[in-house]
Order: sequence, then C-alpha cells, then structure tokens
Amino acid sequence: MTAELPGDIAPGSWHPNRDRARQVQTAVKVVCGTFAAVSILTTLGIVATLIFETIEFLQAVSLWQFLTDTKWTPLFASKQFGIFVLVSATVTISVISVLVALPLGLLAAICLSEYATPRVRRILKPVLEILAGIPTVVYGYFALLTVTPVLKTFIPELGRFNALSASLVLGIMITPMVASLSEDAISAVPRSLKDGAYALGSTKHETILSVVLPAALSGIVASLILAVSRAIGETMIVTLAAGANPTLGFNPLVPVMTMTAFIVQVSLGDAAVGTLEYKTIFAVGMTLFIMTLTLNGFSFWFVCRFREKYE
Amino acid sequence: MVSNTAAKLTLKAENVSVYYGPTLAVREVYLDIPRNQIVALVGPSGCGKSTILRCFNRLNDLIPGARVEGQIHFDGRDICDPRVDPVELRRRVGMVFQKPNPFPKSIYENIAFGARINGYQGDMDELIERSLKGAALWDEVKDKLKESGLSLSGGQQQRLCIARAIAIEPEVILMDEPCSALDPISTHKIEELMHDLKKRYTLVIVTHNMQQASRVSDRTAFFNAKETAQGGKLGYLVEYDSTQRIFSDPKEETTRDYVSGRFG
Repeated sequence: MTAELPGDIAPGSWHPNRDRARQVQTAVKVVCGTFAAVSILTTLGIVATLIFETIEFLQAVSLWQFLTDTKWTPLFASKQFGIFVLVSATVTISVISVLVALPLGLLAAICLSEYATPRVRRILKPVLEILAGIPTVVYGYFALLTVTPVLKTFIPELGRFNALSASLVLGIMITPMVASLSEDAISAVPRSLKDGAYALGSTKHETILSVVLPAALSGIVASLILAVSRAIGETMIVTLAAGANPTLGFNPLVPVMTMTAFIVQVSLGDAAVGTLEYKTIFAVGMTLFIMTLTLNGFSFWFVCRFREKYE
Repeated sequence: MVSNTAAKLTLKAENVSVYYGPTLAVREVYLDIPRNQIVALVGPSGCGKSTILRCFNRLNDLIPGARVEGQIHFDGRDICDPRVDPVELRRRVGMVFQKPNPFPKSIYENIAFGARINGYQGDMDELIERSLKGAALWDEVKDKLKESGLSLSGGQQQRLCIARAIAIEPEVILMDEPCSALDPISTHKIEELMHDLKKRYTLVIVTHNMQQASRVSDRTAFFNAKETAQGGKLGYLVEYDSTQRIFSDPKEETTRDYVSGRFG
C-alpha cells in the first residue's frame, strides 16, 4: 500500500491567511447583523408611531368613550368614537370567513396529504396556490359584482354592500393558506404513528380522525390563527364589498365598516396631519395591531403547549 | 420437538416474493410458524426480514407500489388474497415496531383506542389493567393513566405498545426489532415478557441481535442478501431450523459465519 498521505506534501506549501479570514468573518457578521436590524427597527418604529399617536388621541378622547360609545362618527360634527362598532364588523367578517375557510382548507389538506395520489397532488397543490396569488382587489370586485348578485337571488333583503358576501370571498381567499399550512402539519405526522394505528386494525378514516388529526392539531390551529390574522387585517375586499357604514352588531346582511375600511376612508380623504380625524386612524390601527398580536401570541403559546415532540 | 402437522402451525408462508415497484426485494420464502413459539428472523441489513414480517399483517399494503406474490396461510385462508380484509387481519395479527410509537394520547387512551375501533363492549378499565399487567407495565403507570404516553421512558413506551397490541387479543404478535432503541435493562424486561407472551400468543420477531435471537427464540430463520445487477439488494431465506441447531450446527456455511459474528 503506497497511499499518498497528507504528510507526503512538502510542509512549506501551507500559508493560511488567518487575519484575512478573521476580517471576512467580522465583515459578514456586521453585514448580516445590519440587515437583520433593519427589519427589527422598522417594526419598532411602526409600533412607536402607533403608540405615540394613540396616546395623543387618548388625550382628546377618553379611553372610556373609545370603548363604550355605541356610534362611530369621527368625521361628523357630533363626534362619537365607539371602536366596538368597527370591531364588531371586523369580528363578524372574520368569524364567517373562518367558518368558510376551516372546513374547505382542512378537508382539502386531508385530501391532498392522505387520499390524493402523487399525480393528483402534483396538479392540485399548485392550483390551490394560484388562489393565494390572486390580487385581493380582484377578490373584492368578485365579491361585489358576482357574489352579491347571486346571494341576492336567495336573500332579497341583502344590501348592495354587505358583510356576508365580503366574508364568503374572504374565506375563499384564506382557504389556500389554511390548506397549505395544515397540509404541512399533517404530512409532518410520523409514518410510524400511522403504521401503529393501522397495525391495530384501524381503517383509513379512523387513523386520520383519531391519530393523524390530533397529532397535527397544533399545526392546524396555528394555520387557522394565521388565517384569522390575515382576515382581520384584510382591507381591499371589505372596502370594496362590505360598504362604509359603521353599524354596531353582528348582522352580516347589512353594510358595515371594518377597522381597515375606516383607515382607508380617512387616508383617502383630506384629514390634515395632526387633526383628531388623523389621530383616529392610529388609534384604530393600534386596536388592530393589539388584536393580531394577541392572536399570534395565543398561537405561539398553543403550539408550544400542544406540539408533540417526536424523536 | 416441533411437529409439522398443520394443526399446530399458525402461519405458513409459501413461495413468498415481495416487489417494490418493478424491483424484486425478497424472493421465494418458505416459513412455517408454529403456534405458541417464538420465531426469530435474523440477517444482515437489506435481507428482507422486516419486509417478510410486514407481509404477515399486510402492512406492505400501505407502501405504494409494493406487491406480494405467493401464499401465506393463516387460519385456513391465504391472507395475500386481495379479498381478505387487511383491517380484520390486523386485529388478529398485532405488531410492535422498532421505535416505540405510542399515540400522542394518554396511557389509558393509547390502549382504549384499539379496543374501541374493534368494537369492544366490555369493561374498559378492566381491559386496560389486564393489558398493562400483561405487558409488565401496570405497577409503573397505574397512578398516572391520564398522563401522555409520550411522557414515559423508551422502555416503558415500548411496553405500552405491547400492551396496546395485546389489548385487542390477537393470535400472533409481530415484533420488528423491538429492542433496538432500548437500553440493556429495558431490553431484558422485554425479553422476559416475550417468554410470558408465548404462552398465549405466537411471536415472530425480527432482530439484529444474535444473543437476543438465541436467548428468546425457539426457531430461527437466517436471511441473507446479495447484490443485484441493478445495484440493489435481493433478500432470500438461507436456512430455517430450531434456534439451537442454527447456532450450534447450521447446514450452511454462511449461517455459521453470520451467527458467529464473522460478517454482517
């Protein structure tokens, strides 16, 4: 055996440039750190702006008024600032859209991961993801010009602008998100767990219902909450199809105004910087931010609490 | 001595070959599994011993493209026949896997699950207690039946999986390297348990551990693999005899080399 061992190379051939390696190392660290800091600073900046403007708003309007007024009329002469008017619209629309997206998305995810053949999955998954790529303004006009007229044939008293049609379309918009994230969670359930269920004599649907879905629960809930956050923050569909009429209550058949729709209305109008109208959009934005932050916090806690750890 | 009369056989594999897609993975296996005995399947990696084990409860059905040829007789029927319902078969032929795989449910529910889906109408608490005692786990978990099965140690999880398997009262228990993920003490407990289990069940175990095969089994089947022209591996049964014979005086030279640790 005459293998060329590293020792056979002349010792003088090695000239590592350790200083240069260290400099590059430092430079890489600084560049990466800077870019990471940009996104963090942007977030901090947004939150700081929201907080400062909200504090100024609360100096003009008491928190009590903000939380208990039953009308939302900041642009009228007799100003009232009952945020729950807008919150109720946002909640109504989000709840209905989730009621649409949960069954559609979850069943699509189960079908894709457990029942579809690889060929069908290869075709269906991209089609589903195309839905996620449609601009929301298209969804908005679809709701206004197609869904509302169709719904009107069943429900004659439905308004031209209404929460129902906006929420149905919003539900379809967030379905791919629920489906795709739930599918990831379901596919991540270890094969050994399914084998265990089959080996006990369970059928496919028993395995899915009793073993796969519970094991994927945390991922499914996380996908759902992300979708809800998305629905709460969605602007274009509700602005176009749900109307601009602040109404307190949970009736989906009438025109309503969500928090995001209000922000659009004021931003498009001519509220001067520093006026009370201008400050209201920050107060509304803050409320929106707190709602989604709470949901994401809950989702984070839920995933940590209920995620099953497999080796 | 093992009698070869059909009445004492539980499973009888005749000319079984398994294909994954177009590839032949294991060829022409003949195996008689006598009732209330432990049969060990040993051999190097890729020799098809796990594949053959998974034929006995049709678990290969779950692998797309897998195909089994030949016959496996069980209770007067050929279980390879597509008309045999694998769900019904798997109730009678239980399985314990290489890595403990308790469900992400409580210890109690881990066992109750199999019983419920198989339509058990009796006293569930009693069944749980009996199964856990049968798997020598009752004393360790009787005060925490509501805790997650995943909170147990590896050895306890594996015994939970055995309890889960025996809860539905199968006739055969297949074990696919049941101790390979466990420490020596847990392994010892499971081996003791196998001796108890064979009084009521027929056991077929796959193992990499020669000492384990010689300690626990009554009969041993030695599988080997050879390279195919396509670069894959083709498994085949070399020799099947009483464990004592396989380890002391095998007919084949390769068997002698393998069981004495000279290759594999």
